[in-house]
Amino acid sequence: MLRIGCGAGFSSDRLEPAVDLAERGRLDFLVFECVGERTLAFGHRDRKLDPSKGYNPQLAARMRAVLGPARANGTRIVTNMGVANVPAAGEVVIAVARELGLEGLKVACVEGDEVTHLMTPATPLFDNHDRPIAAVGRPLAGANAYLGVDAILPALASGADVVITGRVADPSLFLAPIVHRFGWHQDDWARLGQGTLVGHLMECGMQITGGYFADPGDGRKDVPCLADCGFPIAEVAGDGTATITKLAEAGGCVTSRTVKEQLLYEVHDPAAYLTPDVTADFSAVRMAETGRDRVRVEGAGGRPRPEQLKVTVGFDGGFLGEAGISYAGPGAAGRARLAAEILAERLTRKHLPANTLRIDLIGLNSLYQTAGLNAELSEDVRVRVALRSMQRDVCEWMLWEVESLLCCGPAGGGGYRGQITPSVVTHSTLIDRAAVTPSVRLLVA
Amino acid sequence: MSDDRSEPTTPTRRVLLREIAHARAGDKGNTSNVSVWAWDEGDYTLIKQQLTAERIKAAFPDLIQGTVVRYELPHLAGLNFVMQDALEGGVNTSLNLDSHGKSWSYLVLGLSIELPQNRR
Repeated sequence: MLRIGCGAGFSSDRLEPAVDLAERGRLDFLVFECVGERTLAFGHRDRKLDPSKGYNPQLAARMRAVLGPARANGTRIVTNMGVANVPAAGEVVIAVARELGLEGLKVACVEGDEVTHLMTPATPLFDNHDRPIAAVGRPLAGANAYLGVDAILPALASGADVVITGRVADPSLFLAPIVHRFGWHQDDWARLGQGTLVGHLMECGMQITGGYFADPGDGRKDVPCLADCGFPIAEVAGDGTATITKLAEAGGCVTSRTVKEQLLYEVHDPAAYLTPDVTADFSAVRMAETGRDRVRVEGAGGRPRPEQLKVTVGFDGGFLGEAGISYAGPGAAGRARLAAEILAERLTRKHLPANTLRIDLIGLNSLYQTAGLNAELSEDVRVRVALRSMQRDVCEWMLWEVESLLCCGPAGGGGYRGQITPSVVTHSTLIDRAAVTPSVRLLVA
Repeated sequence: MSDDRSEPTTPTRRVLLREIAHARAGDKGNTSNVSVWAWDEGDYTLIKQQLTAERIKAAFPDLIQGTVVRYELPHLAGLNFVMQDALEGGVNTSLNLDSHGKSWSYLVLGLSIELPQNRR
């Protein structure tokens, strides 16, 4: 039996429940999954501005909190917090280990996912109707291939206490320790499919222990103690069947319902979930509640892995300006609509490129405007303007226009706020496996 | 919603899908998927009959620019809707506050279902 915990399901996930797992989870492995399409592109931007950055900003804080208990309990850590700068991240972990007096702690850096140098203006982007990189018309920030378990296994074999990677497929972070422990062959597609199921269920952390699930009403979607929700634990058997659970004292819940919702999270065809390791088949997965907060999962299958690797290509997205002003009380919706009309009239005089300006009425249609749905009863409405531009001063001009409504807009407008943030754009392409050469470098504290 | 296509032969009452199912939305690039799970497995067939890919596409014509494909998991009483070009460009491009389309699950749960009057 192998016990794997998830200590982060995304880059900004909570810290304390990860410490709880390191201290009391009796884990063999604690995995932190912290990379998304967006975070990766931001990692490239950060590294460009400062060559010592580009890894997860919470890396040092997370390591400072878990390295001690993890080492004391024989728990090894696997994480993709290296993001766009694995070597720098490795040094950070070593520095934290020395600061904590953990002499001899071994850190394995898994590199080779960056393939920026292999991108050409003609490289087709499959998520952009195969149009080439050149057609995006933006500066390339960086490109990374999704590595799989074959890149992580040598790092685990090296005996490292911490394995730190950049872009690897999320489920592979969990599948690698399973394959390492049980010695599965890398063409044992059925088992790799089952292990990928475990990784897929675990990779979003609390999304399987009650997070992203609660919906107050008739009690069916109540989640106990959501404010102190626990991260999940997988107890994995040698054949890949597993029980998903959590610490008994932690908040949240693990039920067939939370597991079902996560089963198809970000999945398209349940019979063909593609990773660098296997074409996993979740279409015949079975689940059973075997105790309080214990769900057993089995029945996933697999077919040979895809020939090519997916690559995320990041581009400089310029700037995103966002500004808002609020109207409340009787007639608020009408005054907010008038403000929106005034802004639309004035802002479109600039001849902005198509699809770079949006005006929402928060309280009426802040999320569902495009879906064609409007709430009508609100007496507390906020006009929100979003504008994307390669030029910061265009965003600044928009902010000024919204703020000016304080004096020259409809009656009773208040609460102006505006901000401008750097932006990224990402697309995807495919690359031959042979073009990507993962490597492992060992550091010792 | 005024897009109901069912032609019931027994008396029915209209409920929101949220009363008989739960759902979760996920995003990859500009593609959104929403999985829908019947609370009571006995309602799966009814949901499958009324919640077609065509109905989802027709309900949100401006939002869903591409195709909608439905996958079925009958043994778990679940359906998965995959909507292409349905995220206003995707997480890094959309100007929507919810650029992941995380709230799309409740767009689907807000559709109506005709339940037979004699259902428990």
